[in-house]
Amino acid sequence: MNGARGRARREGVIFERSSPGRVGYQLPPLEVPPVEVTRTLAGVALRGEIEELPEVSEVDVLRHFHRLSQLNYSVDEGLYPLGSCTMKYNPRLNEELARLPGLAQLHPLQPEEQVQGALELMWELEQALVAITGMARVTLQPAAGAHGELTGMLMVRAACLDRNSPRSTVLIPDSAHGTNPATAVFAGFKVVEIASTSAGTLDLHALARHLEGGDVAALMVTVPNTLGVFEPEIARAAAMLHERGAFLYIDGANLNAFVGIAQPGAMGADVMHINLHKTFSTPHGGGGPGAGPVAVSQALVEYLPVPTVERTGDRLTLSYDRPKSIGKVRGFYGNFGMLVRALAYIRSLGRDGLKAMAEGAVLNANYIRKGLEEDYHLPYPGSSLHEVVFDDSRQAAHGVKNVDIAKRLLDYGFHPPTMSFPLIVHGALMIEPTESDGVEELDAFIAAMRQIAQECRENPELVRGAPYTTPVRRLDEVRAARSPVLRWRRNPR
Amino acid sequence: MHRYLAGDEDRRKILAAVGAASVEELFASIPAELRCGPLELPPARSEEEVRQEFWRLAGRNLAPDCTACFMGAGVYRHLTPALADALIQRGEFFTAYTPYQPEVSQGTLQAIFEFQTFVCQLTGMEIANASLYDGATAAVEAVLMAHRILPARRRVVLAGALHPEHVAVLTTYCEPQGIAVHRVPPGAGGRVDREALAAAVAEDVAAVVVQSPNALGVVEDLAAVAAAARAVKAMAVQVVCEATSLGLLTPGGELGFDVVCGDLQAFGIPPAFGGPHLGFFATRQEYLRQLPGRLCGETVDVDGRPGFVLTLSTREQHIRRAKATSNICTNHGLMALYVTIVLSLLGKKGVREVAMASHATAEYLKATLGSPGSGVTLAYPDSPTYNEFLVVYPEPDELLRRLAGEGVLGGVSTTRWGGALPRGILIAATERNTRGECDRLLDGIRRLA
Amino acid sequence: MSYPQDRRYAKSHEWVLLDGSTATIGITSYAQEQLGDVVFVELPAVGSTLERDGAMGNIESVKAVSEVFAPVAGEVVEVNGALEGRPELLNTDPHGEGWLVRVKMAPGSDAGLLTAAEYEAFLAEEGAH
Repeated sequence: MNGARGRARREGVIFERSSPGRVGYQLPPLEVPPVEVTRTLAGVALRGEIEELPEVSEVDVLRHFHRLSQLNYSVDEGLYPLGSCTMKYNPRLNEELARLPGLAQLHPLQPEEQVQGALELMWELEQALVAITGMARVTLQPAAGAHGELTGMLMVRAACLDRNSPRSTVLIPDSAHGTNPATAVFAGFKVVEIASTSAGTLDLHALARHLEGGDVAALMVTVPNTLGVFEPEIARAAAMLHERGAFLYIDGANLNAFVGIAQPGAMGADVMHINLHKTFSTPHGGGGPGAGPVAVSQALVEYLPVPTVERTGDRLTLSYDRPKSIGKVRGFYGNFGMLVRALAYIRSLGRDGLKAMAEGAVLNANYIRKGLEEDYHLPYPGSSLHEVVFDDSRQAAHGVKNVDIAKRLLDYGFHPPTMSFPLIVHGALMIEPTESDGVEELDAFIAAMRQIAQECRENPELVRGAPYTTPVRRLDEVRAARSPVLRWRRNPR
Repeated sequence: MHRYLAGDEDRRKILAAVGAASVEELFASIPAELRCGPLELPPARSEEEVRQEFWRLAGRNLAPDCTACFMGAGVYRHLTPALADALIQRGEFFTAYTPYQPEVSQGTLQAIFEFQTFVCQLTGMEIANASLYDGATAAVEAVLMAHRILPARRRVVLAGALHPEHVAVLTTYCEPQGIAVHRVPPGAGGRVDREALAAAVAEDVAAVVVQSPNALGVVEDLAAVAAAARAVKAMAVQVVCEATSLGLLTPGGELGFDVVCGDLQAFGIPPAFGGPHLGFFATRQEYLRQLPGRLCGETVDVDGRPGFVLTLSTREQHIRRAKATSNICTNHGLMALYVTIVLSLLGKKGVREVAMASHATAEYLKATLGSPGSGVTLAYPDSPTYNEFLVVYPEPDELLRRLAGEGVLGGVSTTRWGGALPRGILIAATERNTRGECDRLLDGIRRLA
Repeated sequence: MSYPQDRRYAKSHEWVLLDGSTATIGITSYAQEQLGDVVFVELPAVGSTLERDGAMGNIESVKAVSEVFAPVAGEVVEVNGALEGRPELLNTDPHGEGWLVRVKMAPGSDAGLLTAAEYEAFLAEEGAH
């Protein structure tokens, strides 16, 4: 990021680079006759040129966005230990393959005989995810994890109604990610929070109590949970739910911890979404696009969204023959471009590579745990899998909070861990290194965190004022919320 | 070991440091009865082997670039500037996360701010979010927002021909919320019938949703639809599937609409067999706190330096949880960046040129296809269209199959949607269709129909 | 801190100041401290009816939203319009200029509220200052 701070001061928005007469793109000359829109579109409200659109050259655009890119930290640069986000290497092979014209140029409404390769690819991905999860079928339609959650919960709802057993409640632990309760409400349920045990895991006694009412449709849990701890009683919980005609939803955000080690199917999961942009390496893109396929047990197969991809011999079809389907949750079939990348990743790693991936994720998280446990407090001492959650209580004694530690870490050239959840840990530092890095990068991260812990003891003021070396320093979020300016205007009001 | 993972020596060092004899020990917390055997998957493959498999899969498809393609129906083949794809392949953009740490994400954040601005300029609206998944889910978010603002109203009216995919998705989402979806079919000219619309819109309607250009390619009378909504104080929502039309047609934001939403795929995003595309959502300032999705705003840092942050996050799932305006978390950020770059390159002149060229090319086709002896008839010869129109023909799939045999993808048959749309072919043209391609289509239809 | 004795307090950190049958309602200094910088206040409309302990609005900071619960029942007769442009009043003067609403109080609906001393004791128990 050389000179980045200087450029940050200079680089305005693209509209400010505008100069009359500049063009950034040129069309071939029009060969068909020009038209009089007053005739062809008579009576239709028409507009002229949109005045505030910029006039810039191709070079202007290149320079502008290149400079913006230099202001970003990314996975390519170094460790990005955001808990529950699984910021692993995004293989360049996947980018190349997703861009093959025979995949990238396909129109979704081409006749099936023209897209057999695309359908085969989707079928292969579904088979692979079935093999990985041990569940019955997988829909590839949802565009993201939260979208998959909603799809899954709509299927649960359809099943309950179909059995003449309408249920109105979904149980969600207090440690859950915010999308879980938001999703349950959008699926038409009300949310009841279920408290965790002192170890941060599922409280089966609480579960039994809630189930007595007979109104519970499902329990939504993350496995391992958001503390990085495996739910030891997950199979027992599944049995308890099934006895009452309720379903087990597993939030698959933490799947990276146990691919090839355990299967949600064996745990009794009825429905689980998978984040392809986490476990299966599709890039985060600065906020998507992702993909959130949903695996289901046999009990929910009837309710899958349509169409599904079916195979007979060498012939693949899109089938809409599913009378009890919940319908469609988005246009067309899924974020196909991300499905291509995920299948390429699964093929690259293969049977043994995927297991080694999970092992690597757990090894790296435990290495960091060991390296930091002298300096940072572990609120839940149970064993960690792929992520470890510390809190800032030792540093708080010196007046330093997790936010300050995070900002100081930016000066050391690392992206900070997750801090905004789980809500049951105050001052959380949720660290998920993933399997991508070797010990040198982990050592550098540990050294930086230990150095910061020392700074907290000796010079807390320094930490509280961080960061100092990033393109911008701490930003006034209160001002942004009190007086929101959400777009550029040539003449500000 | 694998090329995407660390090595044996790393493992050895880690095990020694944590005091475990084997990796197995680290998984002790997973009960034995839940452990699985080797996955039923092929073994690891080299890069070259994976490449070969995917070339084979790609080779089983007919890529439209090898043909003259006139397919639309929600996914359009427009220009693809080389620089746009080159820029989004910068790792700083595509391997970054959501910009929750703004100090090291100003690139992503400023791009979002510029995107929000572009969307406002295109739609004539005051605020826009940082993207949604696609046009169908954007329409859903508009309806859900209307219901949040007018909670006593439990009905939405779909005015005229909306894309069948959108109708299906709206139905899926509205049902669990107890919102009834009422469809007013298109009238004689392919546009929504004003009287039928007025009859359907009552005080229990939260939103009136119209697509323009609509699923038949016809441009709707937006002002009339806005008036119908206003008469009962319902929200007026315009859905746009062909976003380049915004370069020529007045958007709902300037005609009294409350929301303009849809998909920006037409601005050069590869069709990619249906996704990822780019949902967008724009609305009035007064609905700021009800807006779904991420928002990026301007601010300054402690040194007074200008910068950008995600803001008004209290609407969103990670804070509001059960009371959030949407459950959306990951959106379509990289596609938003891509379109921001495309719109920058096109600029004021280019946005208009693309629209005019697309319209002119479609009119050229219409002129011939609407004449006697063309082989087909125009479904709505007297109705205004932008770049897509419906021709009536009894055996559309068969005609398209024959045209494909000559290397022409002539359009989209409406038979796939049962009786939802009149039986025929939707033909779309863009600035990428040359005169030669057009003449091949016209000649092919004349001979084969 | 020493809480004003001219009013009563709820355990959900609202205060009520009575003037005849008109009750002014706000949030306590402790509450605004917990919230951090207030960015937006959502209040009930004039004419709406509040129920004792029922939800009566939201206060937003950058990272959190807090519901406000009505410490008394009654009809809202006035809403503090100054908060729209200056939500920070809730931080700088929560007991004065940062008042939220005025209601025509339903008689007796203020039963069981705490005195200043009782509220301070309650805060001490909760581990606050």
